[in-house]
Amino acid sequence: MLWVDKYRPKTLDQVIVHQDIALNLKKLVAEQDCPHLLFYGPSGSGKKTLIMALLRQIFGPSAAKGKVENRAWKIDVGTRSIDLELTTVSSTNHVELCPSDVGFQDRYIVQEIIKEMAKNRPIDTKGKRGYKVLVLYEVDKLSREAQHSLRRTMEKYSSYCRLILCCNSSSKVTEAIRSRCLNVRINSPTDEQIVKVLEFIGKKEGLQVPSGFAARIADKSQRSLRRAILLFETCRVQQYPFTVNQAIPPMDWEEYISEIASDVMREQSPKRLFQVRGKLYELLTNCIPPEIILKRLLYELLRKLDEELKHEICHWAAYYEHRMHMGQKAIFHLEAFVAKFMSIYKAFLIATFG
Amino acid sequence: MAPILQSSQPWVEKYRPKKVKDVAHQDEVVRVLTNTLETANCPHMLFYGPPGIGKTTTALAIAHQLFGPELYKSRVLELNASDDRGINVVRTKIKNFAAVAVGSGQHQGSYPCPPFKIIILDEADSMTEDAQNALRRTMETYSKVTRFFFICNYISRIIEPLASRCAKFRFKSLSEEIMSSRILHICDEEGLTLDEEALSTLSSVSQGDLRRAITYLQGAARLFGSSISSKDLINVSGVIPQEVVGALYAACKSGDFDLANKEVNNVIYEGYPVSQMLNQLFEVVVEADDISDEQKARICKTFAEADKCLVDGADEYLQLLDVASSIIRSLCNMPQEFSYEN
Repeated sequence: MLWVDKYRPKTLDQVIVHQDIALNLKKLVAEQDCPHLLFYGPSGSGKKTLIMALLRQIFGPSAAKGKVENRAWKIDVGTRSIDLELTTVSSTNHVELCPSDVGFQDRYIVQEIIKEMAKNRPIDTKGKRGYKVLVLYEVDKLSREAQHSLRRTMEKYSSYCRLILCCNSSSKVTEAIRSRCLNVRINSPTDEQIVKVLEFIGKKEGLQVPSGFAARIADKSQRSLRRAILLFETCRVQQYPFTVNQAIPPMDWEEYISEIASDVMREQSPKRLFQVRGKLYELLTNCIPPEIILKRLLYELLRKLDEELKHEICHWAAYYEHRMHMGQKAIFHLEAFVAKFMSIYKAFLIATFG
Repeated sequence: MAPILQSSQPWVEKYRPKKVKDVAHQDEVVRVLTNTLETANCPHMLFYGPPGIGKTTTALAIAHQLFGPELYKSRVLELNASDDRGINVVRTKIKNFAAVAVGSGQHQGSYPCPPFKIIILDEADSMTEDAQNALRRTMETYSKVTRFFFICNYISRIIEPLASRCAKFRFKSLSEEIMSSRILHICDEEGLTLDEEALSTLSSVSQGDLRRAITYLQGAARLFGSSISSKDLINVSGVIPQEVVGALYAACKSGDFDLANKEVNNVIYEGYPVSQMLNQLFEVVVEADDISDEQKARICKTFAEADKCLVDGADEYLQLLDVASSIIRSLCNMPQEFSYEN
């Protein structure tokens, strides 16, 4: 088992990083009831972990044993019927799903499953009617229609089910939904907190962690706890016992992007652009999301550039990233950004050095 | 911590006014509707206005008051965006409902029960244009037996032919006093204590949206118990603390790109929503005394552009960085045009 999963806190009491939030969540469900919740925060900050721990707090250990199902729905939409398939994780008391997986037909899924849940409400031992929890991931990727259709459904069926929504950025969730939920912001752990967790894991695993080593991993992890733990484990596999100045292996795709960055800094020509395209394709075919490539490329370029060029480059990065979302094929926009950069940089070099 | 009375119902639903006359602040609408109750007749209606000020509440209340619980099911059709509402629904469901005639007005107990049905179309601005067009004729054909209530946020999204068939009512934003009195009423009922400062914070963070205010209040009550401070409210409302906004603005003012970049990174890592950040940054910029109008205008332009990009789904970090960079350029009087563009 990977350490990331092994040391994932199972209950709200075990949480190390977001203790204050965990405490509040515990208070929240103390009366066996909770409002709709919206968790938002950057990836690797512990949203899912907290949600699972929260479910366990509400429903007891049974919530943790989810059954993975590939379910099919047949939905009548007036004249035709739509077949949809989606993987869900469900237990007696909750259902987890990621509705954005079905693309533009996501709204049917959301309505259908909530109505279905409303039909068979669980009844507890005292004969009191309980409620189910529906966990939706990646709500920010839901289409506008789906979000619209959520808003009234949330109110209408509020006595049967509670929604727990989870997303990266709450800007992309419509105001109407946000105002119906209790928003919980999960911030990325600070470097100190990451160090604390790494030391905790080190102790549990019986490892000797030299001082400063954990701090260096934390520094590399860009405040993502998941990445920090993965890095830590990689280091463990690579070399143990740890030495103080052991190299922490960077992600290979990051290495690759930094190579691209130095390529375009060195030479600005159509030929080089062609080479860079090959490399970008390589990254894309390895399933690195285009936004991440662009952001990383910008990061690498910003490190090397003069102050006066930085403004310009970051503007164009934002511009092409936006375009990427509007358009279809990411490679065009990545390439356009590289070409733009080359032209700007060339002009700058000519202006400065003649 | 005093025990709080918990009910599984959200307070928003629990404290939804049940009678038209209880609807706060919308005097004009209330007057017309009370008249309706007396004469048992009304035109088609179109309610519009910002969210959380009582449009749906009013429509539901009037329907309940006209028909009472018994006839409500058979006389009122409530459709909202959660129900599928394409052109097919208009053709079948609405038409079928509208076509069936009703018995002439016999009074049922104390309810007037006028001889028509009501179709409430909530969130009508999210209906497709085709569906709205299909409604035009339906509205006229069955006008003897049906009244339509359209509810929407933006009247511009309702096609003109529909709008012209209705009596339009603009719902006004709630004033601070009205909100406070409503909030205090709920606090009394739920046994909460709210000090003066928290109350004003609540009205400022909810921006005239009573539903939001009540949701925040309930959230805070759940999290922090029965005495709520203004800090707790800021915590649940998702408003960014002023220090964070201030730090970013100060970094921009210093003119150092790397410093600004660091602050932007921090904002992203802390998980603050960037759209909220833009709103608050906007306030800071507009209220600042030491920058010229031209600079303000330039900065606001980039806010607008970034906001549009965010709505389109662009990356938050890059957009915020772009905004920060353009604030630096405006504040430090760097040239707005890029020098190496071509």
